[in-house]
Amino acid sequence: MDLRIAPAEPTPLERAAIDAVVGAQEPRSAHVALGGHAARERHDLLLPALHAAQAARGWISREALAYICDRLTVPPADAYGVASFYAMFSLQERAATVAHVCDDIACRANGSEALIADLERRPRDPAWEWHRSPCLGQCERGPAVLLQRSGTGAMDEAIAPADAGAVAARAANPAAAADGPAVPQAGSPELRLLRRIGRIDPASVDDHLANEGGAALRKARDLGPAVVIAEIKASRLAGRGGAAFPMGVKWESVAAASVRPHYVVCNADESESGTFKDRVLMEGDPFALVEAIALAAFAVGADRAFLYVRGEYPLAAERMAHAIRESRARGLIGELEITLRRGAGAYICGEETALFNSIEGKRGEPRNKPPFPVTHGLFGKPTAINNVETLLAGLEVVRLGGAAYAGVGTQGSTGTKLFCVSGTVRRPGVYEVPFGPTLRQILELAGGMREGRSLRAVLLGGAAGSFLTPDEIDVPLTYEGVRAIGASLGSGVVLAFDDSVDLDAVVKRIARFFREESCGQCVPCRVGTQRQVESLDRLALTAAADSRRREIALLDDLAGVMRDASICGLGHTASGAVRSAIAKLGVLGGGS
Amino acid sequence: MVGLATVFGAGGGTSSYREIEEADVIVLWGSNARETHPIFFHHVLKGIRRGARLYTVDPRRTGTARWADVWLGIEVGSDIALSNALAREIIHAGLHDRAFIERATSGFAAYAASVEPFTLEEGERLTGVPAAAIREMAHTYAKAPNSQICWTLGITEHHNAVDNVLALINLALLTGHVGRWGSGLNPLRGQNNVQGGGDMGAIPNKLPGFQDLETMPEARARFNQAWSCEIPPKYGKNLTQMFEAMEHRELTALYVIGENPARSEADAHRARALLEGLEFLVVQDILMTETASLANVILPASASWAESEGTVTNSERRVQRVRKALEPPGDARDDLWVITQLARRLGRDWGEVTPESAWEELRSLSPMHRGMSYERLEALGGIQWPCPDESHPGSPFLHGRLWEEEESKRGPRAPFSVVAHDPPVDVVDAEFPLRLTTGRRLDSYNTGVQTGLYTSPLRRPETIDMSAADARRLGVQEGELVRVISRRGSVVAPVHLDDSLRPGLVFMTLHFPDQVETNILTIDATDPKSGTAEFKAAAVRIERLAPVLA
Repeated sequence: MDLRIAPAEPTPLERAAIDAVVGAQEPRSAHVALGGHAARERHDLLLPALHAAQAARGWISREALAYICDRLTVPPADAYGVASFYAMFSLQERAATVAHVCDDIACRANGSEALIADLERRPRDPAWEWHRSPCLGQCERGPAVLLQRSGTGAMDEAIAPADAGAVAARAANPAAAADGPAVPQAGSPELRLLRRIGRIDPASVDDHLANEGGAALRKARDLGPAVVIAEIKASRLAGRGGAAFPMGVKWESVAAASVRPHYVVCNADESESGTFKDRVLMEGDPFALVEAIALAAFAVGADRAFLYVRGEYPLAAERMAHAIRESRARGLIGELEITLRRGAGAYICGEETALFNSIEGKRGEPRNKPPFPVTHGLFGKPTAINNVETLLAGLEVVRLGGAAYAGVGTQGSTGTKLFCVSGTVRRPGVYEVPFGPTLRQILELAGGMREGRSLRAVLLGGAAGSFLTPDEIDVPLTYEGVRAIGASLGSGVVLAFDDSVDLDAVVKRIARFFREESCGQCVPCRVGTQRQVESLDRLALTAAADSRRREIALLDDLAGVMRDASICGLGHTASGAVRSAIAKLGVLGGGS
Repeated sequence: MVGLATVFGAGGGTSSYREIEEADVIVLWGSNARETHPIFFHHVLKGIRRGARLYTVDPRRTGTARWADVWLGIEVGSDIALSNALAREIIHAGLHDRAFIERATSGFAAYAASVEPFTLEEGERLTGVPAAAIREMAHTYAKAPNSQICWTLGITEHHNAVDNVLALINLALLTGHVGRWGSGLNPLRGQNNVQGGGDMGAIPNKLPGFQDLETMPEARARFNQAWSCEIPPKYGKNLTQMFEAMEHRELTALYVIGENPARSEADAHRARALLEGLEFLVVQDILMTETASLANVILPASASWAESEGTVTNSERRVQRVRKALEPPGDARDDLWVITQLARRLGRDWGEVTPESAWEELRSLSPMHRGMSYERLEALGGIQWPCPDESHPGSPFLHGRLWEEEESKRGPRAPFSVVAHDPPVDVVDAEFPLRLTTGRRLDSYNTGVQTGLYTSPLRRPETIDMSAADARRLGVQEGELVRVISRRGSVVAPVHLDDSLRPGLVFMTLHFPDQVETNILTIDATDPKSGTAEFKAAAVRIERLAPVLA
């Protein structure tokens, strides 16, 4: 705010868009100005203000950035650091519409390279441009494209499956309403979290209320926060985001914290390659998630909650915003204030502390832990952060009772679990099963491999997970079952590859993914992910045994350094899939 | 300096940097510390981060003001009116510290009577700052457990500089915000060792350690004995008085060390003429300054950083060792060597003088430095004066005596000062309708002697900065050359639009005298007590350059 980076004014459109977020500017007095702490306390409006500027003009101009800085008392270097952190923000002028074309592993197995080849053959249209993108979370219907639009009333839109013609047509003419999600098991009486998806109108609060909506929250209010937490603990519900932390323990710690205020944060920034379940839940049953957030806030004593939806989910964000508004208006969530924040294209923001920083208007860089979020979370206050699936499971716990909930599944893994099955299976989609079935059974549920093809490998847990061989698919998909073979369920990704897929390319894409998504804050990860990419490139080119041994030793070394010395899970897991593919599947010539 | 010395007996900021970091309220008055004291401002930022409320009093909405919780954009030269209005509000709200006033100060009744006319409305009328903002600042400053007032040249570069400082001191006395950990009064110093220069007696009325030349005969006697000479028991001349003496031909020879008065003095035409009229001018400097180019003899000196051994004293009175890393280039010599040789030629052989032997002599003569051996300075990372003996840890803050329970330990009372609102000498009128104020930018220092040698990505040439509204009214554009005319002269400078300025207020720096000699415009109306000129307030008009005829 000291350095004036732009002498010119923002355009009226930019100014109006930014003012819509930060409030209209009062006329400037010649003799007094207020600011300081009061202005800086609104620092968390930086991310939505940047979104507004980006959407207004299609890129963030210096003038718009300077105006935002002036309004929020943010130094320009600080705001530039934030704006340049996110993939969906552009600080250079670009076309009004940008197509982000997924070339990540799931879409790669479903023709994304052919789509890209088609796009490359098309003549350039000044009205829109396209870029390669990491996973867009549309894996069950790839290849996927996200159209990021700008201008008044512009809405972003996902196209999946996409072809070059459809991308060009819709870039020129926005389509009307997008389709809701479909789940392959629709209608099955065994479904819990998915039971209403496709059967109710996600835009209708009345439909929600007519289908048990609000019942769990009402019950919770009758029971009181202490009993709710006791029920959650009795259910032994584990967090579904990947770390499998007991939710009851988390809520209990936050509820007991003497520091106020308490916050609830719903992590809807699922960005793990191959993960799309939370998108399906938000698009298909948004009112239930609002209710689940309100339940968490009631249990831990929070008056304010944040819902952080990944930037690539425009439809989910729109439906959630509508559901929050309607729920408030109908008195379903009392005085609870739920603030929806959109991410802007950063995998790392799914890490809980990076997500806090992102909401606070800082670069989405993870914090050191401890202290943990239950004591020092959002804005440094006690915070219960859970992902979408976990919060909805919490709703089920209250509905059924903790003991009944724990009656399903196994001793170590209670309740039902959503699996994001994609890749080269016949019927990709989100599947819900009580914990227990094996990987083979899940693949069979999704119809198995396509005609004439056989299974080559399964990536379990996404890019941060590891590869399993066809010999290993009888492993039960429970926390304890996969742990026994040194794997992890992660976010529930089951990405199957048949024998037609170029696994060398998949593994190199995973390594590139981590290199590009590393936030760069800590050296082991920033340098390690880059060295890993380089090492894989060399490995692909060399047959000499000695060189290969050296390369494998280097990869092991990098894996060790990243695992031991990185701040967050990104670095910890950046080598798991790569190493398992080389060791177990003989990818890139194999070696161990 | 003069103001603080008058009230408390010692001229120096009362607080340490740690106290700024731990304050509840920080007032930056006439200070754009963000740009002009960027290192000090880091301490302010730490304070802000801990929750301190920042008030900035400045006609311009500077980079500093943009960090402030409240910016009070006063009219240039209305500082006393604001201070008096704050005081009246504090008294009327019963927020003054009666016990402290009773025990440690004098002259309250007269002071209270003198501020009585300065109602909030009158304050608003004189300063332009809305009454509500004055009231809020008064209450917050008075009520906070720890409040700091810091100031710079916005206070002191006025014809009534000392009165301005006294007005700020009054506020601290009124509320008991001085002499305690966390509260205080702090002038921010422009250079690394300005404080040290004053401490060592490089001011016309004091011997080293602020021992007065006229009123402390026993101190003078100690110096007479140590130096085997008779020091005249009368004050010397300050810079302004020296120029007056030159004008009257009373002063005909001048020895200038590390100053560039040909460029830095207000009314530069006059300063240059007087320097040129001297019979003998010696300049000792590290660079070929404008003043050096007028000299009969130039003594090339070493830089006091990296090329010299000794001590420096910073704004929190911390004496620190500096060490030599390089030999000075060419024939340049250490200042100490130059002065010792000069003394020898003048008939006084001091023998081999080293930085440490000079320091040891100082310790023997200046009680406030007595406990500071080189060994202790090194071990403790510097020591804040006063430090009377080798068991003393140094003094983070000054004037704690005012809070002593026992009256005998409390020392002389700190007097309130009755100060009158006295607007700038150079009045704004129909002929000269704009108020010109001067200042510095982050990447340049004063006349640019030190800073002109390196490049900066931020540096831009001299401009006449004004609000967009004034530019529109004058029909001038960004970058357009205009003539800036004061009652003393005129310069040509390009226009720069700056949203920190309100209509009617224009701004220039002194950084680029080769390009635009701003001090041709400024007035040399000088405060008789401190000798500082009113750089901060000139009246000017701006004219478009006549179109060039083909």
